[in-house]
Amino acid sequence: MKNSNRTNPFIILFFIVVSLASLLPFWLILMVSLTGQNALVKYGYSFWPKDFDLAAYRFLWHDAEPILRAYGVSIVVTVVGTIVSLFVTSALAYTLSRSEFPFRGALSFYVLFTMLFGGGLLPWYLVYTKFLHLQDTLPALIIPGLLGGFNVFIMRTYFTTSIPPSLVDSAQIDGANEYRTYFSIVLPLSLPVLATIGLFVIVSYWNDWFTSLVFISNDRLYNLQYFLYNTLMNAQYLQAVASKAHIDSTSDRILPLEQLQMAMAMIAVLPVAMVFPFLQKYFVKGLTVGAVKG
Amino acid sequence: MQVDQPITAAGGKTKAKAANPFRKLMKYHALWILALPGILLLLINNYLPMFGIFLAFKSLNFSKGIWGSDWVGFDNFKFLFTTNDIWRIIANTVLYNLAFIAINTGLSVLLALLLNEVKNKVLSKFVQSSMLLPHFISMVVVAYLVFGFLNPDLGFINKSILEPSGQEAVSWYMSPKYWPYILIIVNSWKSVGFGSIIYLATIIGIDKEYYEAAMIDGAGKWKQMTKITVPFLIPIMIILTLLSIGRIFNADFGLFYQVTMNSGMLKDVTEVIDTYVYNALLVSGDTDLASSAGLLQSVIGFILVVSVNLLVKRISSDKALF
Repeated sequence: MKNSNRTNPFIILFFIVVSLASLLPFWLILMVSLTGQNALVKYGYSFWPKDFDLAAYRFLWHDAEPILRAYGVSIVVTVVGTIVSLFVTSALAYTLSRSEFPFRGALSFYVLFTMLFGGGLLPWYLVYTKFLHLQDTLPALIIPGLLGGFNVFIMRTYFTTSIPPSLVDSAQIDGANEYRTYFSIVLPLSLPVLATIGLFVIVSYWNDWFTSLVFISNDRLYNLQYFLYNTLMNAQYLQAVASKAHIDSTSDRILPLEQLQMAMAMIAVLPVAMVFPFLQKYFVKGLTVGAVKG
Repeated sequence: MQVDQPITAAGGKTKAKAANPFRKLMKYHALWILALPGILLLLINNYLPMFGIFLAFKSLNFSKGIWGSDWVGFDNFKFLFTTNDIWRIIANTVLYNLAFIAINTGLSVLLALLLNEVKNKVLSKFVQSSMLLPHFISMVVVAYLVFGFLNPDLGFINKSILEPSGQEAVSWYMSPKYWPYILIIVNSWKSVGFGSIIYLATIIGIDKEYYEAAMIDGAGKWKQMTKITVPFLIPIMIILTLLSIGRIFNADFGLFYQVTMNSGMLKDVTEVIDTYVYNALLVSGDTDLASSAGLLQSVIGFILVVSVNLLVKRISSDKALF
């Protein structure tokens, strides 16, 4: 055997450095969120807490109603958005995958063209605000992310390559109509691609702040990322939020601002960091499908 | 047209079908209904805004309404180009994207090649997971991570590196000269892991027989890499590069807006078309500049995507987008 089964130690060392570089920024933020306010002011942010303190997380647990609401908005938008998105995307892709459908060329182009040309931010903004009047509503956070041309094509490719047309034919000969074929035969056989696209969509809804930035001015509808954006860009914002939350004003409890900021960033990362290692294999599969052919 | 075709039963049938397009439409009504939500969403999100491009030729006045506003022809564009800003903004957009493409491609391929040499499964999985994690994080959180290092009062670099070594603290968010490097590092940090996974998938897909044959011929590790692996990667490198060149007029809004904390002091080196359009539209309310810059971006983007696709088609027809 010329190809030894042992890895060159320099390569191991190199990848330890790469992994550290990827993870250390998160570690820094986690440690800041666990360091007491006085130690932070004195020593600045560091990779090991000089004075371990859970005040920020206690505050988030008990007092932070606006922050929890923002979390709730993010969860609702992500769950509803992902379910509807998977349905709409797969239904359109299914139609495009049926070779008998006479308008499939035209409809494919209708989808494709949206990937080539866009009207830009201003007209898009006007359609949502002046035409549909959706500003400051939850649908404004959900509708823009529901359908992407690229996802439609990935699903169509999956349907045409992985589901034998004879299966669809025999189902229809047995009397199943299109809806039944789609719901009881095609979708159950398509779990891998649904998981892949679902993951893409979950991540993009969870991480979205731009639609909030553009459409939302009512602070009851802020999602988590937009809430984080506000507290980072505007240090007083958190103070104002905290005083609105029922903090016991008679006690001289100081609000651990920096610590709290970083604790919020951590709770935004947490769900993604916990979920993605388990779904990574789907994601990698999806990436390769996407890279090889849209 | 087959005019002389004898009228057979089959011919008659086609004729009847063609004569009744409504029936043809109705025959597949179930498929139409399944496709309908998607069709409507694309209409709202993509096609209606396309009609809005005429706004670039109007002087938008909300009291007169969109339809009532005056036509001004190319005046908005003339004004846009007399501001001088636009050249700097276009240069920023294109140059950052070129730097990102070059650096990310190089690093991703390097990481993929080395990762392929890692024989330990556990280590390999761990490295892949940790490299991919940044890809899943929103730019808002990335802005927090960067702020952890660069916060002028408490940040890690000022407090734990510069001060202890006796150097003066830097007001990072007011010092433009550092930002081209910062943005390039942040962008690589976020996207290189993702890129290297794609290249790794290609490497894993290479037929093992090539390597076995090469080993019999006495080729070492280095020879195998340069003569087999890299040549297999080159087509996909070219294609991914071309596709990113097609998007060279579109900047990552989050990177340039969130990570820089939209700091006005940094504008000279951090303003790109997307942040410019956003600021013109929702901050200064200058809809005319926003619409003309937006249309410019859409049109050049369209030309780039279409021509890049032609090129990709020439190299490898099945990799083309359409």
